[in-house]
Amino acid sequence: MTSISQDGDRDKLRSVSVDLNNDTPLLIDIPDALCERDKVKFTIHTKTTLNSFQKPDFSVSRQHEDFIWLHDTLVETEDYAGLIIPPVPPKPDFESPREKMHKLGEGEATMTKEEYTKMKQELEAEYLAVFKKTVQVHEIFLQRLSSHPAFSKDRNFQIFLEYDQDLSVRRKNAKEMFGGFFKNMVKSADEVLISGVKEVDEFFEQEKTFLLDYFGKIKDATAKAEKMTRSHKNLADDYIHISATLTTIAADDNEAFKSKACISNVCVCVQKLEARVASDQELKLTELFRYYMRDIQAAKDLLYRRARALADYENSNKALDKARLKSKDVGQAEEHQQQCLQKFDKLSESGKKELTSFKARRVVAFRKNLIEMAELEIKHAKSNMSLLHACIEQLQSN
Amino acid sequence: MLNLLVIVMHTHLQNKPFTPTPPETDPPTDIFSEEGYTVQTPIKHPSLHTNILEPKFNGIQSDEELDLFAGKHIQPTNHTNSGALLEEEEHGDTFELNIAVTNPEKMGDGMNAFMTYKVSTQTSLPAFRSKTFSVRRRFSDFLGLYEKLLVKQSLMGCIIPPPPQKSVVGMTKVKVGKEDPSSADFVEKRRAALERYLQRVVVHPALLQDPDVQEFLEKEELPRAVNTQALSGSGFLKMINKASDAVNKMTIKMNESDNWFESKLQEVENEEQLLRRLHASFDSLVNHRKELCSSTAMFAKSVAMLGSSEENSALSRALSQLAEVEDKLEQLQQEQAFSDFFIFTELLADYVRLLGAVRGCFEQRVKAWQRWQEAQSTLQKKREAEAKLLWANKPDKLQQAKDDITEWEAKVGQSERDFERISSTLRKEVHRFEVRPETSNLLHKEKCRDFRHHIVKYLESLHRTQHRLVKCWETFLPEAKAIV
Repeated sequence: MTSISQDGDRDKLRSVSVDLNNDTPLLIDIPDALCERDKVKFTIHTKTTLNSFQKPDFSVSRQHEDFIWLHDTLVETEDYAGLIIPPVPPKPDFESPREKMHKLGEGEATMTKEEYTKMKQELEAEYLAVFKKTVQVHEIFLQRLSSHPAFSKDRNFQIFLEYDQDLSVRRKNAKEMFGGFFKNMVKSADEVLISGVKEVDEFFEQEKTFLLDYFGKIKDATAKAEKMTRSHKNLADDYIHISATLTTIAADDNEAFKSKACISNVCVCVQKLEARVASDQELKLTELFRYYMRDIQAAKDLLYRRARALADYENSNKALDKARLKSKDVGQAEEHQQQCLQKFDKLSESGKKELTSFKARRVVAFRKNLIEMAELEIKHAKSNMSLLHACIEQLQSN
Repeated sequence: MLNLLVIVMHTHLQNKPFTPTPPETDPPTDIFSEEGYTVQTPIKHPSLHTNILEPKFNGIQSDEELDLFAGKHIQPTNHTNSGALLEEEEHGDTFELNIAVTNPEKMGDGMNAFMTYKVSTQTSLPAFRSKTFSVRRRFSDFLGLYEKLLVKQSLMGCIIPPPPQKSVVGMTKVKVGKEDPSSADFVEKRRAALERYLQRVVVHPALLQDPDVQEFLEKEELPRAVNTQALSGSGFLKMINKASDAVNKMTIKMNESDNWFESKLQEVENEEQLLRRLHASFDSLVNHRKELCSSTAMFAKSVAMLGSSEENSALSRALSQLAEVEDKLEQLQQEQAFSDFFIFTELLADYVRLLGAVRGCFEQRVKAWQRWQEAQSTLQKKREAEAKLLWANKPDKLQQAKDDITEWEAKVGQSERDFERISSTLRKEVHRFEVRPETSNLLHKEKCRDFRHHIVKYLESLHRTQHRLVKCWETFLPEAKAIV
């Protein structure tokens, strides 16, 4: 079981800028989280001035599945069809560090004690990093909801924040999972059909093209960035092994001892160097891309819903025409058509707003992250330089 | 022993350092110019960080078994030089032999293709017909030479340097004719390894005098060594032999009369294991560095694509700038990869194999001892048989028994002598292997200095890389800040 408490570091870790007004009526944060084997329990702390809540300050414990439930109910709510629903945070994935830890355990016999300890430390750091990231991502999800005028008033959201018992009632069972899967398939087929629908509004036409294209590219970039970070980490690990073996060799051979001990110090330095670079990239760049990939997916979903509404509207028009021809159920058809039109207009309007603000948000976030990454890289490179310089001095003075 | 030292030092002084230079075509004139010892650099960067390992050619001669870094050409200090000269005068003959392996060429086509290498020798030894000559050899010829030497010399207790390993994957790529850098890399690695192998062989005085070696260097056409193929009859035989050897090792324990051998063997085994580990780590380092290069390149391309489809123009510019930065980083990484002990890894592998050969010699000695013991026990049995016959009073068979006894006594004597000879040769060989010349003090200090010098150079190269990194990111920063 591991637990962490969020502190000032949190701000540095945040890879997405969230606009929080200081006088907001609803403040949410995740001050603590517990990790029990596979499950992570988040402690969600709310501070509010709204009357709809029973207490001004309270905390509840939630699991990842509860977040999924919340997201799904929001998606299924008709009223929010015109809004970009913040993407659900990804499941906490401790698979990779756990696997590595397992392998490390198996290979323990072949390593020296120091090597083992160092590798273990690295793995623990990785584990911790995954943990911090997942907490952060969940927190951001909630904060986006709370800062949105519509979502913050959602009844389910309030239940989520407030209900002090387990929400386990509403977990998906197998049937629902299957149903969900099926729905996704239908949706993708639908998307293909809908993409053929004539778009009347140029704004949306542009957005659609742009988002589709961009989504593909950012997905690719995310994958490549992940690969790069992984190679970097592997590289850093290698230095640990080398340093350990050299230390062993040096221990046997007294004459070259000092030099060999120096080299293994060097290896340790270099390893830190590479590991830092890798984690910087991971944090700023990869996370950024990952987050926006999901966000763009959410935007695409909005477009999809709107297109669906447009298709419905057109269908209702056709139905109305048919009804008029047959002179049957005209009233009903007219009503239906009016509804569709209204829905479509509403979606278009709110969609436009959302997408515009999304664009602005995205640019701001990219800017912030890119600047931060560059600054971090520079800082670390400079500190690495001084580290190396110190090593060189030490070697030369010996 | 002194004799060996002299020869060893003298040939060593002849050898030139090994520095990476861009590949050149084989000049027709002096085959022993620098070029003979160069390694083709896989990357054509003008500002190559010098290869920090200028390895010893004759790896056997390391002063300390573990001090592989100190490979530089030994600046002949006055001390050594005069020492060597003195010895020469005493013994009256100078000998010198230089070998280079160059010019890999592909012959044949498809799966029957093979690479041949030009083996050039320059010598003043009387045993050879001319002063300078060269022949073309293919990889299986080198292996064949090794096999022959193994059979002959292992009975003597000499340490035979092992050749580079077979590589089906590497060779298949070359055969298929893929003109990519990895197969060029492979050929180059193999060429360098073959060169080192030959140099080790000739530096060994006993091996140098071996007619097989001389034939290898001189003869125009060598019969194709078929028994080196992996899937041949002899290949299988070898595998079976290895298996039975392994079993033998486990079952029969030798009464070691001389502790020196036991402790030495232990040392050798430990060292081999450690170096094997080190080699594996370095290998993985080099591979990961290469992997990082390629994934950075792909990432850079991907970001460029992203930038091009970005609608916000400032962000688009920034993203393309990022792509460029990443690209530059990749180049830096590549350079780093080269100075990342790429060649050192090769040498480590060589050294590990050498240690394996040393171990093999110890095993030969044990086998010789076993043969001796067996001969003794057979003799004993024959004697008992004779005694029985005497007692049973069968004079006709007695003569036979007596003959047997004489035969076996001779055999016992022979195998004992063999054993003694192997033991003493082995001792000498091991000493030669870890030779610590009496003049070592000066050399040794120099070596340490050299070695530290190389490390410092490596660190400085790392330092420079970091500096360039800073510059890259600093040019990127204003672009990022300009995003609106």
